[in-house]
Amino acid sequence: MAGEGRRGAPAAEPRRRLKNLVPPGPVRATAAVCEAASCLSAGAGEVHAGLVDGVGVRGLTDVAVKRVGCLGLCAAGPLVAVLETDRLHRGVSGADLTAVLDDLATADAASGMAEPDPFFARQVRIVTENLGRIDPESIDDYVAAGGYTALERALTELDPAAVLAEVTASGLRGRGGAGYPTGLKWRTAVKAAGADRYVICNADEGDPGAFMDRSVLESDPHRVLEGMALAAYAVGARKGYVYCRAEYPLALSRLRTAIRQAQRAGWLGEDIAESRFSFTVEVRVGAGAFVCGEETALIASIEGGRGTPKPRPPYPGMSGLRGAPTVINNVETLAAVPAIIRNGGAWYASTGTATSKGTKVFALAGRVRNTGLIEVPMGTTLREIVYGIGGGVVDDRPLKAVQTGGPSGGCLPASHLDMPVDYESLVEAGSIMGSGGLIVLDDRACMVDVARFYMEFCREESCGKCIPCRVGTTQASTLLTAITSGSATPRHLADLERLGEMMGAMSLCGLGQTAPNPVFSTLRYFRDEYRAHIEDRTCPAGVCAMAGTSSHPAVAGP
Amino acid sequence: MSVHTFTLDGQPVAGAAGETILEVATEQGVSIPTLCHLDGLSSVGACRLCVVEVAGRPRPQPACITPVEEGMEVVTRSEELDEWRATVVEMLFVERNHICSICVANGDCELQDLAVDLGVDHFELPAMSPRLEIDSSHRLFAIDHNRCVLCTRCVRVCDEIEGAHTWDVMGRGIDARVVSDLGTPWGASPTCTSCGKCVQVCPTGALFEKGRAVGEGAKERRPFLPYLRRHGAGTR
Repeated sequence: MAGEGRRGAPAAEPRRRLKNLVPPGPVRATAAVCEAASCLSAGAGEVHAGLVDGVGVRGLTDVAVKRVGCLGLCAAGPLVAVLETDRLHRGVSGADLTAVLDDLATADAASGMAEPDPFFARQVRIVTENLGRIDPESIDDYVAAGGYTALERALTELDPAAVLAEVTASGLRGRGGAGYPTGLKWRTAVKAAGADRYVICNADEGDPGAFMDRSVLESDPHRVLEGMALAAYAVGARKGYVYCRAEYPLALSRLRTAIRQAQRAGWLGEDIAESRFSFTVEVRVGAGAFVCGEETALIASIEGGRGTPKPRPPYPGMSGLRGAPTVINNVETLAAVPAIIRNGGAWYASTGTATSKGTKVFALAGRVRNTGLIEVPMGTTLREIVYGIGGGVVDDRPLKAVQTGGPSGGCLPASHLDMPVDYESLVEAGSIMGSGGLIVLDDRACMVDVARFYMEFCREESCGKCIPCRVGTTQASTLLTAITSGSATPRHLADLERLGEMMGAMSLCGLGQTAPNPVFSTLRYFRDEYRAHIEDRTCPAGVCAMAGTSSHPAVAGP
Repeated sequence: MSVHTFTLDGQPVAGAAGETILEVATEQGVSIPTLCHLDGLSSVGACRLCVVEVAGRPRPQPACITPVEEGMEVVTRSEELDEWRATVVEMLFVERNHICSICVANGDCELQDLAVDLGVDHFELPAMSPRLEIDSSHRLFAIDHNRCVLCTRCVRVCDEIEGAHTWDVMGRGIDARVVSDLGTPWGASPTCTSCGKCVQVCPTGALFEKGRAVGEGAKERRPFLPYLRRHGAGTR
């Protein structure tokens, strides 16, 4: 029976703890099994167990099997990489591991590197450098990859001002979407008066189609902790929080494991690295509110209150958690900090454009071939991202638009493909950088329907505190639904634009202020589609079930 | 304490550090519409009616919560502000069921007054006409959610002045509601002291004393709030 279980259906077994296989002697080849959420859901657990068993059966005593974080090419999971040759096995099935095992039987460092896939070759990996290389549940793996050396160097060689100076020199800007200079944010917290200071990691990633923060936390949680500790050292904080949404159970569990390990190893806690610097991190779990990604709402939620935003100023840097100066940074921002301290701010600033330094992680999703997690230098064109790295549109259909920035962003048409991706260019084109969700839409997407989707999202996620957002998103959803159902008049469109302007100017927080952006950007580039819905009562993409068309005979008009 | 000088609608004015634009404007006799704000309670900047234009800031700022700064240029009225404030009032009316002719607060309602002041005499947005509850389980008072504008004055007065924190908000977005004791019927609330402060601060007829008919809901303005000291300048 045991033999049958091995070959048969390991997935049917109760969730057994997947142990890494470490050979007693030197390692010739290592199978790195992607065990981030998307590959796990595709059966990476079976693959891991099957490989451990298969290696044993074949008697490969110099082959290691280990869990790693996101290998990036999420569309082709489960993924297994042979680390010594960089060969990537796609769509591996737990039932048939012959190809992977054959590769493992012969691969070694001398057999040469595999021809790199353009998906990987065109990326520049700083924040994601360890993703798919190290075991996210092993602090030893992180340390072996150079982890915590930045913190050690900071604590032994640099004073807090020097750390702050490096981060300022790096030109790093907030990767949560707004692009506020990180050095300036930290400096504000340093200069603000207060006995206590806090560092908060914002891991409340909520944009539809965005999974950068999740992937980083699931794959390299220690890196985020190290970034937080460096931030805390720079601003003089002793306590940090990671605010992570409950919908990310794997990220939360790996983060908690990492915190436990870091405490045991002395990278968190009292007198870190025999310095006088002490720093502890606590995890706070979000309860499913998108608006809690807004920093003042997030702080209210950590304080135990209702997660609703407060007017700024005062900004958290001056008065944040419990009234104390608070640095609040996104996961990706903090994950960039260890590399900046290790290599220097000037090194980081040498990548990117004049105003947008470094790299940006994007979650490539939608109608693109290579769905997955990518990291590119700032200033890379959309064409390079979608066609060079993404492999183009699925089924080679024409690209219609690229959506960036989630519900706060917009849709850029194919004519903007050669636009460099940086904070300023995106804003100028009517969208925003956002946290890094990048959704490719092909010719079968209806842009009015896309706008309606995002407006409904904002309506569902509005906290209800201020009226422009509370009623504005509801009314705008109704108007958009009228347009997509073929019952709208030109008046609906005028009302929609009037409402959008009012919400943008009058709403209390970023959610309401940016909620009309998808409408405005689709109106800017695809007004014809709105007109077709209103004047001709047709949906050019054939998505919307218009009243009076054959798709809804029951409600056909006269 | 330092003093800042700045301009308010072009007029040079002075305000102490920490004072809000609204406080200085009120002192100067410049009227800025307000709804969620009430002197004596903390400010939340939620209703957005008191927003003013501040030179150099990308969007209007709520006067009730924005501190004065040296050299700032504040404009309290403009065509755009008037229109947007009117839209706020319009949104409040269409969100729930505000029918003055059958309302206990008719003639003593801040929402009604705002509509008159801002010239909101008809609605362009469609009425949403939700079906909402009335909780009349309390011995003395009742809450009609059809008339609530979610200003949260009741929540704040109960927490900050009475110290009971019976009221809070549940739900989100368009489904947000003021609730007593996590959704317990008001009459069964173990924390409510029946002090009536929430009823007195309610700007509309949402919270009212039982036994009062249409137009009889005038607030008694019992002197429990510091706001009575200065009341009358900025608000009605």
